[in-house]
Amino acid sequence: MSEIRPELKYLVSHEWLRVESDGTAFVGISDHAQEAMGDLVFVETPEVGSTVTAGEEAGVVESVKAASDIYAPVSGEVVAINEELEETPEAVNNDPYGDGWMFQIKLSDPAELESLELLSAEDYVAKVEEEDQ
Amino acid sequence: MTNKTVLFDKHVEAGAKIVDFGGWDMPINYGSQIEEHNAVRQDAGVFDVSHMTVVDITGDDCQAYLQKLLANDVARLKEDGKALYSGMLKEDGGVIDDLIVYRMAGWYRVVVNCSTREKDLAWMVKQAEGFSVEVTERPEFAMVAVQGPNAREKVAEILGGEQAELVRGLKIFQGKESGDWFIARTGYTGEDGLEIVLPNEAAPAFWQQLLDAGVAACGLGARDTLRLEAGMNLYGSDMDESISPLAAGMGWTIAWEPEDRDFLGRQALEAQKAAGDLPKLVGLVLETRGVLRGHQKVVAEDGSEGEITSGTFSPTLGYSIALARVPKSTGDTAHVEIRGKLHAVKVVRPPFVRNGERVYK
Repeated sequence: MSEIRPELKYLVSHEWLRVESDGTAFVGISDHAQEAMGDLVFVETPEVGSTVTAGEEAGVVESVKAASDIYAPVSGEVVAINEELEETPEAVNNDPYGDGWMFQIKLSDPAELESLELLSAEDYVAKVEEEDQ
Repeated sequence: MTNKTVLFDKHVEAGAKIVDFGGWDMPINYGSQIEEHNAVRQDAGVFDVSHMTVVDITGDDCQAYLQKLLANDVARLKEDGKALYSGMLKEDGGVIDDLIVYRMAGWYRVVVNCSTREKDLAWMVKQAEGFSVEVTERPEFAMVAVQGPNAREKVAEILGGEQAELVRGLKIFQGKESGDWFIARTGYTGEDGLEIVLPNEAAPAFWQQLLDAGVAACGLGARDTLRLEAGMNLYGSDMDESISPLAAGMGWTIAWEPEDRDFLGRQALEAQKAAGDLPKLVGLVLETRGVLRGHQKVVAEDGSEGEITSGTFSPTLGYSIALARVPKSTGDTAHVEIRGKLHAVKVVRPPFVRNGERVYK
């Protein structure tokens, strides 16, 4: 069974979001997602300074098996990307919630967090289990 | 309802991720496909290939029958134990399957793909009409492939005695029987190694001995990246019944001589060869970021188009490679469309990797 972090929010498309107290949020993909994709070989993050929109494509991950889009869980400006992933994409496999983070967004509208359909850890587990049926 | 090989419990025990492959529950990986791939390139790995179909051809006419059935010529097998790769073609030249045939003592053993099992057997039985042959499937056998630079030595140490000598003495593309085991120096990875056909009941213990000797359990994921680096075709992706072997990089497997050998598909192939307008199967290399995948569009420099038949990230090279069917006129460079953008690729002659080293130019 894959690991799910209770303090994070999730998208049905398997991204996680960790909201910080400074109005920014980190984005990555869930343990379940990395396991399903297999070994990652390329991670294409958005550029620092670019703007991403909740629910729209922000990047791509390529595994040995397939390419998958990464969707932005919230809207805002990309203030940092995980440059380490260029050399070591396997960090997403080894530590999806830590070293495998992908980019950091400065939220343009914190109220989005309430209005968007972000899943709690519990709801995400239920969704994953439903998929595995 | 899916089939399970006799090693299924061993795979689950080892933490394999199981997928449906041609109606069989098979391990795709045991954790990391790339680590499994590297184990085969650098040391030794073992694959369960028991889902493949072993068919024995016996009877007085077995040679004549196979000379009709196959595009390659079993008469080229000059001694018992030698193996040959061949296509089995329809009359119109389309590839029914690709296979390995071993010459045994007065009979032949053929190994065909699992996803094509039923149609292959039906075709083989149908074509046997008029020949004094028996076509016998051997489901009582399991099959494992032990591959990598240290594979043969590790197997020799496990088996010991006469079998060890047999393993050490095998020539490339040669197989020998040892009791009810059949051990051949063949494979689908571009490395040295063995393919071993053994009784179902002996397989789990042998598998465990291999793991205990440090041989890595490898899944179908690594099998695919290894064969693609080695420039070997995958049936159903790189060719099928709608594709001529001449358009699938299989020209070298067609034995045109002797001219009076009337194998199935010969007339169609001769006409295709004379017309000379078939596309060709080439290798593609993308040295920048991105991964080539099956069905992506290839655009040649003159604007004509082809398609990737298999693509992957090459763990050995660190970038992406592919097999693609492209117009005959395609030169040394082309572009591939990945998510709407064109990427420049080199067009090369496969294989990409042999014995752990880059070999394409």
